[in-house]
Amino acid sequence: MAEPLLALKDIRAGYGDAVVLDGISLELNDRGSLALLGRNGVGKSTLLLTIMGFTTVSRGTIHWMGKDVTRVAPHKRARAGIGWVAQEREIFANLTVEENLTVAARPGRWDIAAIYELFPRIGERRRNKGNQLSGGEQQMLAIARALMTNPELLLLDEPLEGLAPIIVEELTRSIGRMILDEGTSVILVEQHAEIALTLTEQAVVIERGRIVHRSGSKELLADQETLDRYIGMKVEGAA
Amino acid sequence: MTSTDGALAGPQQYLRAQQRWRAIEIVFWLSLLLPFVVTPNYLVLASQVAITALFALSLDLILGYAGIVSLGHAAFFGFGAYTAGILSKHGWGEPLTGLLISGFAAGLLGYLMSFIIARFRHLALIMITLGFGFLLLELANSLGWLTGGADGLQGVKTWPLLGMFKFDLWGVTSYWYSLIVLFILFLVCRRLINSPFGLSLRGIRENAVRMRAVGAESRAHLQKIYTISAAIAGIAGALLTQTTDTVSLGVLNFERSADVLVILILGGAGRLYGGIIGAIIFLVARDQFSGINPQYWYFPIGVLLVVVVLFLPNGILGGLAQIVESERWQRWTANLTPWRKKP
Repeated sequence: MAEPLLALKDIRAGYGDAVVLDGISLELNDRGSLALLGRNGVGKSTLLLTIMGFTTVSRGTIHWMGKDVTRVAPHKRARAGIGWVAQEREIFANLTVEENLTVAARPGRWDIAAIYELFPRIGERRRNKGNQLSGGEQQMLAIARALMTNPELLLLDEPLEGLAPIIVEELTRSIGRMILDEGTSVILVEQHAEIALTLTEQAVVIERGRIVHRSGSKELLADQETLDRYIGMKVEGAA
Repeated sequence: MTSTDGALAGPQQYLRAQQRWRAIEIVFWLSLLLPFVVTPNYLVLASQVAITALFALSLDLILGYAGIVSLGHAAFFGFGAYTAGILSKHGWGEPLTGLLISGFAAGLLGYLMSFIIARFRHLALIMITLGFGFLLLELANSLGWLTGGADGLQGVKTWPLLGMFKFDLWGVTSYWYSLIVLFILFLVCRRLINSPFGLSLRGIRENAVRMRAVGAESRAHLQKIYTISAAIAGIAGALLTQTTDTVSLGVLNFERSADVLVILILGGAGRLYGGIIGAIIFLVARDQFSGINPQYWYFPIGVLLVVVVLFLPNGILGGLAQIVESERWQRWTANLTPWRKKP
């Protein structure tokens, strides 16, 4: 059986002495996609930060392509192929779009031309500085910058948060293309559960730092009761 | 696809494009030769300007490009100055090797300091660099047998440059020497800044955590640039010693660290040329104002600084860049040069 791309086993992690995640185990295969759902403050972002190496892991292991990376520094994980788009975007405000992309560039299928093709909107603004972009463009740039590292796995933390519906639509198309056409593995944290479940194959729901539900994304999308209980949302067309 | 028209294929091409010399840069460097013709009586001042510009350039590398705030950069300037002076006093007055040894010594000190510097940001850095500056000043003061203490180092004698050009009273050799060293080190810095390493530094300045997430080792980068900056500051200090044949505690004092910061803010941090422009304006203004009123010459300097910060918060070059990048300017220049291909 092929080695999973990412494997978390019984992870207990948090910030200093404060424990946020407990007993988290999950696996993601190459070209796999996973939606990470749950209410606000349950530890979804912390889980991404833990995979990236920015939290304190007090128990459990993280294996990346079969190697234990639990104690590996964040920059080394990034070089090993884990890309991360933070909730706050935090693009480099005083660098131009092109510089934002160039600073992260590593060899691979994602180069500047491919990025501009995926996000034509930021291609049009390539000479503009980061602080001259709209919220949606900044989000596209944040994703594009992570893609420029040519990651095997992309961690997306609420990429659609606070964006206008038309931008959400555009960005959803791009993320979908990234996952389905380009085969980029993705872990997607998203409050728009319906979109997240449409884009991904697998889904897990987190509640108070623990995984309380796991299933295929399509099954969860049809499971109105679970969605209602853990996420507090009604999905149109759910059974 | 239209959106990618004109896009550069990769990072190397992008950085290569940044390295291209612009006509205005060539004009600027040629204009630095004008003092030989226009103001030959001010060559001593001109060499001071060139040395201070080099010192400001070293600060720009860490402050303007890596976001390392320093209020004690004179420590490296002074360390280089004393190294050159002590070498000369003890029988080695050859300027070029003296310069290299001083730069190496200051770089080594910078490297040791960088282990602390790379761990902190913002206010903590101000305190640490300030403390380090005071520490070195008092060390030089107390080691009178080596440094001459408060009396300054006596018996510094720099040999003729390349064995041929004596350091004359009018500052001809001093200015040539300082200007060439400034130009060479400027080329080095320019190359460095327009490299992937330089771009990473700018990313770290913007957000060090985010840079780690794209695979850059922030601390190692900060240590490297701090060491390089210290070495250049040391070379600037050594230049001062060699062109004046004196070293005193003044090379290490807080005022020098503060002045170079003011110079950089005045000219515009993070632009390479900001330190040079700032040094020219600051030292020429100081020379002129102190001629008018030797006691209160800092007053108009203070006014100048307040005016610049109020109206040009990114310094003189930052303000000029803003004008040149504005749409109105672009339209105006497009009308002036209709033969140019419009974007």
